[in-house]
Amino acid sequence: MKNKTVLFGLYDDEEVLLSAVKDAREKHLDIMDVFTPFPVHGLDPILGLEESRLHQAGFVYGAIGTLTAFLFMTWVFTRDWPIIFGGKPYWSVPAFIPITFEVTVLFASIGMVVTYYAINGQGPGVTNPVLDDRITDDKFCIAFDVADADDDEVNSLKQFLKDSGASEISSKTI
Amino acid sequence: MSATVSPIREPLITGRKDYHQITEDICAPSERTPSLSWLVAFIVAVSFLSFGVFCILWTIWFGIGTWNLNRTVGWGWDITNFVWWIGIGHAGTLISAILLLFRQKWRTGVNRAAEAMTIFAVICAALFPGIHVGRIWVVFYFFPYPNTRGPLWVNFNSPLLWDLFAISTYFTVSLLFWYTGLVPDFATLRDRATGLRKKLYNFLSFGWTGAAKHWLRFESLSLVLAGLATPLVLSVHTIVSFDFATSVIPGWHTTIFPPYFVAGAIFSGFAMVLTLMLITRKVLKLEDYITIEHIDSMNKVILLTGTIVGVAYLTELFIAWYSGYIYEQFAFMNRVQGIYWWAYLAMMSCNVLSPQIFWSRKMRRNITVTFLMSIFVNIGMWFERFVIIPTTLARDYLPSSWSYYSPTWVEIGIFLGTLGIFFTLYLAFTRVAPVVAIAEVKAILKTAGDQYTGESAKRAHSSHHGSTIETPH
Repeated sequence: MKNKTVLFGLYDDEEVLLSAVKDAREKHLDIMDVFTPFPVHGLDPILGLEESRLHQAGFVYGAIGTLTAFLFMTWVFTRDWPIIFGGKPYWSVPAFIPITFEVTVLFASIGMVVTYYAINGQGPGVTNPVLDDRITDDKFCIAFDVADADDDEVNSLKQFLKDSGASEISSKTI
Repeated sequence: MSATVSPIREPLITGRKDYHQITEDICAPSERTPSLSWLVAFIVAVSFLSFGVFCILWTIWFGIGTWNLNRTVGWGWDITNFVWWIGIGHAGTLISAILLLFRQKWRTGVNRAAEAMTIFAVICAALFPGIHVGRIWVVFYFFPYPNTRGPLWVNFNSPLLWDLFAISTYFTVSLLFWYTGLVPDFATLRDRATGLRKKLYNFLSFGWTGAAKHWLRFESLSLVLAGLATPLVLSVHTIVSFDFATSVIPGWHTTIFPPYFVAGAIFSGFAMVLTLMLITRKVLKLEDYITIEHIDSMNKVILLTGTIVGVAYLTELFIAWYSGYIYEQFAFMNRVQGIYWWAYLAMMSCNVLSPQIFWSRKMRRNITVTFLMSIFVNIGMWFERFVIIPTTLARDYLPSSWSYYSPTWVEIGIFLGTLGIFFTLYLAFTRVAPVVAIAEVKAILKTAGDQYTGESAKRAHSSHHGSTIETPH
């Protein structure tokens, strides 16, 4: 993968960050990413991020779980090996409900968590570039991709970061 | 977006922390060398664990005959302990899932440790169904897998099998939920560490960077997992109660069991959370994050669920009388004044009477009282399961089959062993992972920190006329 040169500013407070992001959006600056130590509420609409569709995926996984469990038990007790338990019908639906429910939850949870890590590009042993060690502590970061930018553009971005209240500005090739 | 903090809200984070101080405080326990008290506690826990393993091996080698079960009392300390541990394992997911949906901010101080506790308690619980079947080497018969015996399937109509599914699902979902929440905090530890520790936390943190889009998905995932875990946590103890309620034993065959077991589970789970958190906050110096306010809130839950459990006990007695069914009436008379009357007394006094002192705010906020109460409740809830299981079985339909049951040293040893497993894992957890959810505490700092709320908010309120804390729109 091609190396990126990233220009980034570190802010000390999420409120300063929020107004800076808002500013950048109004000036149509192309923000590469924003990094924060915790979820900052109100950031997503300003950044123009849409609500995640993870829950829709979760519904699909859950539905697969429901069908798997229910149809499997139905197949076992009506086709593969029918046994009468306590004089009940072979296809005793109420007795299938607890397992159907548990398998639904199991499939939905595992499916969503796996999807979440997959689309985030995360997983055991994955190392993603870290711009600054303090981003997971108390710094809020706005990053611009300046690989193809000329000096003027870089300077104007630097000026923007400075004006919007960044306490530190630096660049890094990742 | 503006966050206006009510001055009547007590602060949940004290000591006028800033973001960096939160990181320092919570990471500190896992970054310094273990203290002597930790080491002593760990050695004690591992000794208990080893004795437990010895007793389990003894059981497997010589068979279930080394326990005092007899043909009348087929379930003794094994299933009593199983239900007790599963109950304890209910508080973690309740705190992290249900309180997340109810937007209770105080959960952030305790949810991490409570979830860890849940997972460890479920591990202890899951041990008992495995060993109580006797022939543990064929325990894989529990699982529905294609086999050469027909294939002969498991009985999907059996509550015992539902239980297997419920507990394995609960364990898996709790683990995923817990670990997903831990990833950003492992990243915090990673970015502070050097050398081998950096490598370890780099592996554990899955390459977390804190990107806005990842946080968005993180919150979306947490919310949906909480939504899934909420009915799940209620279903697990419901299904455990089905183990009893779907049988035809008087005293077990009651429709009140599911809600009664769930309330009892939350009750005992919170008691164990309090036992652990009171020690943890003291030893790891986390009093600013697990405050008296947190303890007060948890004691309110103890009071509520303890009272629900009390109502359930009385309802059972009433229904037994009202049913006009002599076997049911006998079963409950037997519990109250039969051979195990002392267990019933312990249950009633620890679970129903003693939590009533928490009607007093002063008592709810007293650490010594809370600690003693949490121990009482743990004991009381163990006796509740003991009352339900051996007491009921020892006096069945035929007086000629009546018997008495008391445990052997092997059964006691296995119970002590599970306590050892639990505390070994918990102590290891306090060394490796942040005991309080760092990112979540930071996220509530500006609405729950003591410089922004309580007395400070009142001062701000009078000077600024209403807008206590404004964040830019």
